[in-house]
Amino acid sequence: MAEVQVYGVWCSAFVRRVEMGLKMKRVEYEYIEEDLKNKSDLLLKYNPIYKKVPVMLHNRNVLVESLIILEYIDEVWEGPPILPKDPYERARARFLAKFIDDKLPSMWKACWSAGEEREKLIVETREALKILENELKGKKFFGGDSIGLVDITANFIAGWFLGLHESVGLQIMTQENFPNLMKWAEEYSGNSFIKENMPDKEKLVAHYKILKTGAQS
Amino acid sequence: MADEVVLLDLYGSMFAMRVRIAFAEKDIKYDNREQDSVNKSQLLLEMNPVHKKIPVLLHNGKPVCESLIIVEYIDEVWNHNSPLLPSDPYHKAHARFWADFVDKKVNDPARRIWLKKGEELEIAKKEFIEALKLLERELGDKTYFGGDKFGFVDVALIPFYSWFETYETCGNFSIEEHCPTLITWGKKCMERESVHKSLADPKKICEIVFTVLRKKYGLE
Repeated sequence: MAEVQVYGVWCSAFVRRVEMGLKMKRVEYEYIEEDLKNKSDLLLKYNPIYKKVPVMLHNRNVLVESLIILEYIDEVWEGPPILPKDPYERARARFLAKFIDDKLPSMWKACWSAGEEREKLIVETREALKILENELKGKKFFGGDSIGLVDITANFIAGWFLGLHESVGLQIMTQENFPNLMKWAEEYSGNSFIKENMPDKEKLVAHYKILKTGAQS
Repeated sequence: MADEVVLLDLYGSMFAMRVRIAFAEKDIKYDNREQDSVNKSQLLLEMNPVHKKIPVLLHNGKPVCESLIIVEYIDEVWNHNSPLLPSDPYHKAHARFWADFVDKKVNDPARRIWLKKGEELEIAKKEFIEALKLLERELGDKTYFGGDKFGFVDVALIPFYSWFETYETCGNFSIEEHCPTLITWGKKCMERESVHKSLADPKKICEIVFTVLRKKYGLE
């Protein structure tokens, strides 16, 4: 059995975060694809409370929740740091990562909803994006010169949120209203390391369209 | 130059209590500034523009927000005594998971117990007890969630203990009946000076909830 195993689904931004963290540290791992409609006994055993992916196994240690796993990866393995060394900067990174996770559900819903609810979610999403936009002033990445915890956590924005924008023709986040974020997303997605940890955009959009219409895949 | 440590505080808030406990555990002196949650001060709005909420720690003028993030920051900066998080990465991850569980699964139903009536209240009670039972199972026969040492998860959960009387009154139920081990743990934590100094008086919380908050939300 491999020293490190990751249970996930190909389309989950949370799972991809963990894979990014492991790859940053050049840690070999075995990946196991789960079927969320038919969760394996092992997944339910390892994550009985939330029954979700990602789950990471390291020797006998079972870890869940992507941000908690990323901190563990940073503490266990040498290599490029995921979190800053300075306690204040670490607190700031944790704050922004949590903020992104708190806003993620409504950002995603904003892409798929309609009418009055949609308008409300778009306003909420843009308010959240404004905070991230300001955070990027004068910086290449949220982590400064290199990718860090917040950049990894924001994979959802660069890959899933913007991916949907392109395919479905959304205007929630544009060059005009969020130039810093758009520049960050281009830099981020252009990075070969990041590219190999994002699912194919077309496949992703097709998958969510099917889920939305409730059709059988 | 001496450190300037300021806490933007709110007496009855369990999140603020977490920070007060962490400071007391480490014997850190700080300037405590009680805030008005209705008429928010300019300082609070400036220092926590994203959420506009307490607690906020100002360390030499720089703000740290979100109670569990503040407690980790305190543990990292004032690392000379009373560590709150374990040093082993796996045990640390485990502690973070359960502290996060308190925020995800205890806080919201707990809030609904004093905010709601009828069917919604019953649902909130059920979810609250389910979450406490999972925590009880995690505690097992340990003295604290941290084992022999009072730690991060204890800090995260114990402030809710000061609100138990309020929940029991609003919901007309006994928490001890469902979770006796957790009540024993709560009493043990209350023996610590850092805890009984930092927790709000349960009677005062009841008073605030019944005379101010429930009226504000149209329940009284």
